[in-house]
Amino acid sequence: MLASHAQKYGILIALIVACIFLTFANEYFLTGRNILNVLRQTSINGILAIGMTFVILTRGIDLSVGSIVALAGVVSASLATTSSAAMVAGGPYPVAIAFGAGLAVGMACGAVSGFVVARFNVPAFVATLGMLSAARGLTLIYAGGKPVPNLTDAYRWIGTADLAGIPMPVVAFAVIFLAATWVLTSTRFGRHVYAAGGNPHAAKVSGINVPRIRLLVYVISGGMAGFAGMMLAARTGSALTQAGIAYELDAIAAVVIGGTSLAGGIGRVTGTVIGALLIGVMNNGLDLMGVESYYQQVIKGGLIVAAVMLDQARHKQA
Amino acid sequence: MTRALLEVSGLKKSYGGIAALRDGRFRLEAGSVHALCGGNGAGKSTFLGIVMGIRQRDGGTIARNGVEVAFDTPSDALAAGISIIEQELNPVPAMTVAENIFLGREPLARFGRVDFRQMNASAQALLDGLHFSIRADTVMMELTVAELQLVEIAKALSYDAEVIFMDEPTSALGEAEADQLFAAIRLLKERGKGVVYVSHRLSEIFGIADSYTVFRDGQFIDSGKIADVTREDLIQMIVGRPLAEEFVKENRTEPTAILSVRNLNAERGVSDVSFDLRKGEILALYGLMGSGRSEIFERLFGLSPDLGGEIRLEGRPITLGSPRQAISHGLAFVTEDRKGSGLVLSADVRANICMASLDEMSSGPVMRSRREAQAAGRMIEMFGIKTASDRLEVSGLSGGNQQKVVLGKWFLTTPRVLLLDEPTRGVDVGAKREIYRIMSDFASAGGAVIMVSSEIDEVLGMADRAIVMREGRIAGEIDRRDLSAEKLVHLAA
Repeated sequence: MLASHAQKYGILIALIVACIFLTFANEYFLTGRNILNVLRQTSINGILAIGMTFVILTRGIDLSVGSIVALAGVVSASLATTSSAAMVAGGPYPVAIAFGAGLAVGMACGAVSGFVVARFNVPAFVATLGMLSAARGLTLIYAGGKPVPNLTDAYRWIGTADLAGIPMPVVAFAVIFLAATWVLTSTRFGRHVYAAGGNPHAAKVSGINVPRIRLLVYVISGGMAGFAGMMLAARTGSALTQAGIAYELDAIAAVVIGGTSLAGGIGRVTGTVIGALLIGVMNNGLDLMGVESYYQQVIKGGLIVAAVMLDQARHKQA
Repeated sequence: MTRALLEVSGLKKSYGGIAALRDGRFRLEAGSVHALCGGNGAGKSTFLGIVMGIRQRDGGTIARNGVEVAFDTPSDALAAGISIIEQELNPVPAMTVAENIFLGREPLARFGRVDFRQMNASAQALLDGLHFSIRADTVMMELTVAELQLVEIAKALSYDAEVIFMDEPTSALGEAEADQLFAAIRLLKERGKGVVYVSHRLSEIFGIADSYTVFRDGQFIDSGKIADVTREDLIQMIVGRPLAEEFVKENRTEPTAILSVRNLNAERGVSDVSFDLRKGEILALYGLMGSGRSEIFERLFGLSPDLGGEIRLEGRPITLGSPRQAISHGLAFVTEDRKGSGLVLSADVRANICMASLDEMSSGPVMRSRREAQAAGRMIEMFGIKTASDRLEVSGLSGGNQQKVVLGKWFLTTPRVLLLDEPTRGVDVGAKREIYRIMSDFASAGGAVIMVSSEIDEVLGMADRAIVMREGRIAGEIDRRDLSAEKLVHLAA
């Protein structure tokens, strides 16, 4: 029983141990400012990883989130820029319209991937690899290869403001975390996601519309990516065409470290969030300790593989 | 007494303090087929695991040809001439028969190149020698399940195996294919090999085995010659108490038809099927593999496209375009492949039971967990599902209990028509009887059952009427009064 708890909460324990270690190793780590910094840095990846969790629960994968970050960023920013070169006619528009457009673009990209996966049974890896390339290309075409700068203050406010001292991206991350947990644990749609991933045949026979569920999880993932892209643009004040490159890898890493099975049907958003925090704390800690970012990548690679090895060992024992 | 190929005594194994096997005894003679019998949890799998070198024993001895042995890995057992043909075969589907047989020990030509010509020739010689009509250069995925098993047998013999374990080998076979397998088993016997036959199907045991050994609750119960026991004796040994009757049947057919099917077509050449299913009736669909039995079920449950024909439910024409529609019309479908399409193994008992009733278990989009818990509790009690909690994963339950979870899932939808495809496959004798009781009670309460079964005894024991399928069409219909094994087989072939 103790052993099974240690495995169940292994990642949480790893996160706590890492925090304790860093607290002693560096006096700056456990300051309010640094903690908020870690959370803010984690929030973009965390939001992507939450969307990714839905997809992986259905045995899928979404490689396109990094490209959608960029596409939704430039489309949304073009509606909210004061720079005449990149502005859409009649702009800048109110922030709600700009955000709505970015979200719609993200969900539309997800819908295309999801449709190809659900309707034509194309492996998710291939369908979203296609979208990874296509969305990046569309970003460059749309923005003419140039960044979209000079965003309106209202737009920037969303990425830079504080809510009772807590940065907006962190607030958004927390809200999305709670909402996603609720959807997966307490709604009928959540049950459908777990069933469709755990055994699509059994789900189908039980009257669950499996293709519909598969389509929707990519729409969710795309929407999250769109949202994350706009957060990123709002925080930095401009939307870059090369934003989000390789972000899908960190998002997948957070999901996998968090214990969600790539075989589908098993996993929780809480695990994903802990996984994302662990990556964030690790990056931050290694920064504080003056470890070069090149080394950080190697360490992160080892962590991902170790987490899955732990997971495999657990399954073997069961 | 003839030579003992394998002699096991006092075999012990526990997991975390719980004894799975207390006293495993077994003696296999050359040139014989030995049935290893026991319910789920009797210790058969543990026994097989130890003898095959997959698990390590806590105590006891294993002697091969009179010499004591210990196997650390399956390849040790194989090297000692012990081979197993598992319930679920794991071939490399994209490789040829010959490549599969010689996997990992391919004959090499110069420069380390695989000598395909020699490999194919050796494999073909092996297959021909066994009178298996399989070509060595066929790709595995083109073979039927029965042929895959024959290839496994050939593979075992290519390792010079003398002791061959077969774990539920007929669970995925039709009768004709099973006959092919039995012929191969007889051939092995003639050649002085020892075959250990593990099966829940008593008729097969009485058909093919020479001797038997029964385990129950990890304990050796008895062994002897099949000729010296009756079916009832064997059941009593397996179950541990006398079974009043193997089958439970108290339902009465009423004249009103619930489901009327007219000129129905379905996939794989099923055409012009018409029948009425009456209230309170248990109707058997009998036929060989590929005769169209399962295709009819798939069509009735909206899993395959509408290819014409009329379906009426209590006189009203209905369309069955999706499982969801079928469920809303009061149909329930217990598929033959419990793990493949019945259960979500990674999910818990509660989630599985509620899976086909999520609409009833929620208000709007939100699940009502109390309703779910109550429903699961009700089904667990109704079917006597043995589980410590409804939050345990179903993968940990025995086959019989898993099947009851599937039944619970469907009874929660309050069906009027039950479609049962091989409802007792891989289920032990005790649980089988409980499933028969469930069927009988359901029909008595005004429901109706259509059952597909490859076990003739089950059809004879439970059906009020049998429709026999042959090559996608109805070959005949037999009423319970006239039902006999000969008639079924005659019409089906």
